[in-house]
Amino acid sequence: MTRYLTAITLSALLLAGCASQDEAIDNQTDQDSMADQMGDGSPTPIAGTEAETSAFQEETLTAQQMLEEADSPLASRVIYFEYDSAKVNDESLALLEAHGNFISGNGNVFVRLEGHADERGSREYNIALGDRRAQSVRRILLFQGSSTDQVDTISYGEEQPAALGHDESAWSQNRRVELVYEVR
Amino acid sequence: MKKKIVIFCLLMSLFITRSLHAVITIEITEGVEGAIPMAVVPFDTQNIPVKLNTDLAEIITNNLNRSGIFKVMGRERYPSQPHYSKDVSYSQWRGIGQEYLVVGRINAKSAGLLDVQFQLLDVLKQKQILGYSFPVRLRNLRATAHEISDLIYEKITGVRGAFNTRIAYISAQTDKARKYVLQVADTDGYNPQTVLESDEPLMSPSWSPDGQSLAYVSFENDRPEIFVQHLASAKRSKISGFKGINGAPSWSPDGKKIALVLSKDRSPDIYVMTVATKKLTRLTRHRSIDTEPVWAADGRSIIFTSDRSGKPQLYEVMASGGQPKRITFEGNYNSAADLSPDGKNIVMVYGDQGRYQIAQLERESGNLLMLTENNLDESPSFSPNGRMVLYASTQGNKGVLYMVSLDGRTKHKLSDQSGDIREPVWGPYKQTR
Repeated sequence: MTRYLTAITLSALLLAGCASQDEAIDNQTDQDSMADQMGDGSPTPIAGTEAETSAFQEETLTAQQMLEEADSPLASRVIYFEYDSAKVNDESLALLEAHGNFISGNGNVFVRLEGHADERGSREYNIALGDRRAQSVRRILLFQGSSTDQVDTISYGEEQPAALGHDESAWSQNRRVELVYEVR
Repeated sequence: MKKKIVIFCLLMSLFITRSLHAVITIEITEGVEGAIPMAVVPFDTQNIPVKLNTDLAEIITNNLNRSGIFKVMGRERYPSQPHYSKDVSYSQWRGIGQEYLVVGRINAKSAGLLDVQFQLLDVLKQKQILGYSFPVRLRNLRATAHEISDLIYEKITGVRGAFNTRIAYISAQTDKARKYVLQVADTDGYNPQTVLESDEPLMSPSWSPDGQSLAYVSFENDRPEIFVQHLASAKRSKISGFKGINGAPSWSPDGKKIALVLSKDRSPDIYVMTVATKKLTRLTRHRSIDTEPVWAADGRSIIFTSDRSGKPQLYEVMASGGQPKRITFEGNYNSAADLSPDGKNIVMVYGDQGRYQIAQLERESGNLLMLTENNLDESPSFSPNGRMVLYASTQGNKGVLYMVSLDGRTKHKLSDQSGDIREPVWGPYKQTR
């Protein structure tokens, strides 16, 4: 895959995502119904794409190199959530489409989705909440074409906060799913 | 990275007298008016050849004061220091308003064995109402002081005391080198002993009803798994390691089953495992979060947290299965229930307007009483006599433990200098009685 093609396809996907984001990110939505909802906006190549990409055919990067690119969307690997919610917001949905596309295009890439919660409320409920967040992200990545054996999930609940402190600025950093990659 | 996990066996009575000082310190944060006035005279230790660093009267005094039911007078104000009932001048104690008096002495019995005697005296009736003699090894003196406290408490209140029991909790360092430690200590925080140490999270300890084992969740294999560990032998086994969540173990009152949470069939649901066979029965089946099961004392039903209504609330389901019934309706967030041994009260995390407090729900009347006033309280756990509630709170960037009386009027804090302590759970009565 070339860098340019990736960018084009992504923007097509972003449009698709934006069109139906509300339905798509409902964490209880089945994959099939998600596919129905997003069917109209699936990634149709934009006219002219093929001609342009052929010029960059030589610039193929390995999966590892793509992950190491500092200015790539793949460099952002944390998805943040609202309180007691597993709903992926618009911005994160766009980011996840980049990741989903990358994973589906590279069979040697594996990702572990680590769900977390802020400290409020009870600890086992927060484990379940972190799990629900990780499952939300997983469904989006699978919809993007990642295979089930490439995507693993775990929840740490409130046990591993990214930020200490007992206010919204810390809590908002702790309500998250981290994408942890492994290239085999 | 190489994972480190260290398992310890708990030598119940073999701690060294030198290391008696608690890692945990206690601070009484709220007293109560109307408590029963009494005095506990320091025990006579003149007839034993060694100097004791365990002050029985002090331990008993601290226990009784923490209950909120008694107010033990400071010993510096005692008019005399009797050790036998025959030496007591009742009018002296009545004159300073004391209703009960405890006197006692420690004598050497044989090599390494002491004889501890105490008498509980009713000052108004001018007579002994309780008296015991205990043969005690030197290293067990603290436990004897707790046992005496229990007997005094029971004689006066009619309710069995729970001082001579233990608590389990997790102590964590989350800032620099991450470390999680599962510990067991006396109810006054003394004699802390490490059960397990790990670089990865430890969670959700649950006592077996015989007090011999703990079930807990460990992430030592990079995923949550449930283990059962026998404390004295340190023998442990993994009882649940399914894909997804393995969490919130809770032992049934007869010790034969463990309720737990698994997400192997998609969303987290409540299951019951028969300990002997590891056979699983699924108790709930819902797309929502179902978690934090806890058994009623009669073993017939299980209370759990579910957000099937949109927000976390408590539900009850028969242990044999059936349709869960919602039991909390006030507040946006009710979770992590514990049931009193008589089944009449539930304590839980109550969240409303961004505050998370410990609340008590009286089941019959539906009355709700806030037991705490902080913002981030969690993990409530009843004492085995149902009179106190142990829970976790936050102070600065550290977790601390509190015990509060069931009426919410007496509170004291247990804190650990070295760590962030959380998830306390009160153990059962010792079975030696």
